[in-house]
Amino acid sequence: MKTFATLFSQLDETTKTSDKIRYLSSYFQLAKPMDKLWTIALFSGRRPKRAVTTTQLRHWAAERAEIPLWLFEDCYRVVGDLAEALALILPPAQRTSDYSLDDWIVWLRALHEVPSDQRKPHIIRAWDQLPVQQCFLFNKLITGGFRVGVSQKLMTRALAQATGQDAATLAHRLMGNWTPETTTWAKLIESDNSETDLSRPYPFYLAHGLEVRDNRKLGDRPIMMPETGLASGDTQKTDPATAQLGPCQHWRAEWKWDGIRGQIILRDGNVYVWSRGEELITDRFPEFTELATLLPDGTVLDGEILAWKADRPMPFNALQKRIGRKTVPKKLRDDAPVVLMAYDLLEHHGQDIRAQPYDRRQAHLTALFAALPDTGPLRLSQQLVFETWVDLAGARAGARAAGTEGVMIKRQDSAYGVGRKKGDWWKWKLDPLTIDAVMIYAQAGHGRRATLYSDFTFALWQGEDLVPFTKAYSGLTDAELAEISKWVRKNTLQRFGPVRQVTPHHVFEIAFEGLHESPRHKSGVALRFPRMRRWRHDKVVQQANTLDDLKEMLSRYG
Amino acid sequence: MRRAPVLTFTRKGIYCPAGDFYIDPWRPVDRALITHGHADHARSGHRRYLATDLAGPVMQHRLGKIDLDSVKYGQTRRIGDATVSFHPAGHVPGSAQIKVEVLGEIWVVSGDYKTENDGLSDPFEPVACHSFITECTFGMPIFDWQPQATVMAQINAWWANNAAAGRTSVLGAYALGKAQRLLVHLNPDIGPILSHTAIAKTNEILQNQSILTNNSKQVTANLDVKKLSGALVLAPPSSLGSTWLRRFGPVSEAVVSGWMRLRGVRRRRNAERGFVLSDHADWKGLLQAIRATEAENIYTTHGYTDVFSRYLSDIGYCAQTVTTEFTGETLEQDQAL
Repeated sequence: MKTFATLFSQLDETTKTSDKIRYLSSYFQLAKPMDKLWTIALFSGRRPKRAVTTTQLRHWAAERAEIPLWLFEDCYRVVGDLAEALALILPPAQRTSDYSLDDWIVWLRALHEVPSDQRKPHIIRAWDQLPVQQCFLFNKLITGGFRVGVSQKLMTRALAQATGQDAATLAHRLMGNWTPETTTWAKLIESDNSETDLSRPYPFYLAHGLEVRDNRKLGDRPIMMPETGLASGDTQKTDPATAQLGPCQHWRAEWKWDGIRGQIILRDGNVYVWSRGEELITDRFPEFTELATLLPDGTVLDGEILAWKADRPMPFNALQKRIGRKTVPKKLRDDAPVVLMAYDLLEHHGQDIRAQPYDRRQAHLTALFAALPDTGPLRLSQQLVFETWVDLAGARAGARAAGTEGVMIKRQDSAYGVGRKKGDWWKWKLDPLTIDAVMIYAQAGHGRRATLYSDFTFALWQGEDLVPFTKAYSGLTDAELAEISKWVRKNTLQRFGPVRQVTPHHVFEIAFEGLHESPRHKSGVALRFPRMRRWRHDKVVQQANTLDDLKEMLSRYG
Repeated sequence: MRRAPVLTFTRKGIYCPAGDFYIDPWRPVDRALITHGHADHARSGHRRYLATDLAGPVMQHRLGKIDLDSVKYGQTRRIGDATVSFHPAGHVPGSAQIKVEVLGEIWVVSGDYKTENDGLSDPFEPVACHSFITECTFGMPIFDWQPQATVMAQINAWWANNAAAGRTSVLGAYALGKAQRLLVHLNPDIGPILSHTAIAKTNEILQNQSILTNNSKQVTANLDVKKLSGALVLAPPSSLGSTWLRRFGPVSEAVVSGWMRLRGVRRRRNAERGFVLSDHADWKGLLQAIRATEAENIYTTHGYTDVFSRYLSDIGYCAQTVTTEFTGETLEQDQAL
């Protein structure tokens, strides 16, 4: 564990990409193969099967530290990370251990063989021989979620440097269904003929956001955003956002669909559905199983999974209900049937065609769809026709009405890349909806924001009352957070555990992507991606919006 | 008949009715007893000040012309019907706990304190009392300090390592207390030590008091820093990441603070390295200090007051939270210093 802990500290203690690559690369050259394999696995979100629950860990650690459980829970709230909070309250290590990362994982696996009511002394013995940093990492092995600022891209570059292989090839090898239990370092990374994993997806190509100018003035704006985000009279001018892309003839555009990015693979008669988070989600969307008979073998489609009814996308909320479910009851399937809105073809007749230009891939995709029935779980994302950038701005203005988030702009001759690369694919999202609301509750943040108030509840007027309608956590600068935290401390009316009720005084502009009806919320409305867009120092509480304003937005955009 | 409490908590600060004075008040008052020179305890605008002789010069430097009277540690002073004395708090040079006795009942205001001897300040002395008003900046069991010698060895090793790699080391530390504590324990054989102006001013004051020996150079506009290879720069935390550091060429930055115990806080500060060294007591230190006072009533101020007083109640003390405007070693304070 020591070598891995050293690597972890090195990565954690620098923000420079070049340093991180150097540390990782030297680790990949020196560490034991199984340690390396697990390192890749952990940094890409894989983890060993959990042998004890987090509740057990909390109880055992509090007991070992001789503190009451409530105090541990408060510690956890301040630290913001369970694995770290456990490591920080446990007594210092009594002994040392030579176990490597892989040894500990093997040890954890063996723990499954121990009856569950006898696992506690084993965990405590492990804690007793791990210094703080190693103890933290050991706990992470159990709780999961290594966040060290090592992206897949960065890890791939380091691996490429350590092994002399091509980064794109490695990125592809690292995709898919493997775990260190099912493969080896040699098979996954080194063998020329890496074992064909039929389910293996391609790395997703991601778009960059197009810079959107923001020259709206404070004060006299209308309550609701106009549909376009462009002031009237401006419509004949090319938006500077698109102007930077050069002549529009080189570009193609489609709607930006608001669903789950997904890849559907048909190989050897089997269908595999992957999410962008590299999760195999085939079972959650049984609609796609029929593709086995519809699509030619050796086909990989890239697109957006959408809940789809009456020829248009349902609100994201409909899809959300299906995301967490491992199995899908018939009612849910009927209420929110899904389709894949396909917009790219990555593999055609078993050939990887990612290097072909966009237009050519689109031609193959269109031809493929021509042979399909209209009723299946597949839709072709139609090209938006535009002669000028002004045309496209006009189309974008209709995005909300079409149930989409904006438009995607892709270069006609672009290859399908790996990861987020600037230049060929752009997303041009609609401006968010906004509403002015009053802050009424504040709660201290976690981890990086421990000791600052950063989680807020906002309310709108209903007659003389302020009705809470949303929480928001992001959007303020560090200086603003410090300022509001200081204010919260001095203006607390009442405390409910960690939550403070504050004097209604500050108005914030809340931006959000969409809204839908929700019986679970007091206001009857739930927002999508709410965040604080601006601190409206210029407004007094009476000038905040009303719940009726929000309901009107619901009827227009919900 | 129930006696009036020795100390009360008012909007202006901690007040002693028997002596008609305040301790570390945050609004202007007639007579203020000051525990130490940090800005949240020693504020301007009071008519008369009383502090230890060791704390005086820094207060005068920070607050300008003030009407300041001073006492030595342990010396008693009668104010009205109260007897007061100042006792070492071990927080920074000259810092004190203030003991107030009225008709045999003793209250102690801790100010800020730490229990480990830092080799610079007079070490903390427990004062027996009936009621103890304690800070609890780090009143959570996650705050558990390693011995100073261990942390200083880490810092010196980091510095030596940077020096060998041709980088200047920059340590972010509070201008009063932490910076000088580091000066005492940094190994001058590794390279030259430089101090930011804000720190150098305080160094000078403490040197004049013979509390500190001079082993650092002030960073001035005409100091040729390029010639000083392998140097270590002491700077206020707010200057980390600033353009002021450009003159030093390639640097390695680190923050020295108790908060560095938390990975999230270190990352939020964008500090590459964090060394866990504080001038406040850790969880065990707080509990040990409280036990040593033999007090029954504990009032917790600034820090994790609610949690700490709840725990103290759990283990049998009569404890409650008091709202004050002291900030302790908070994260926001860094920006201001």
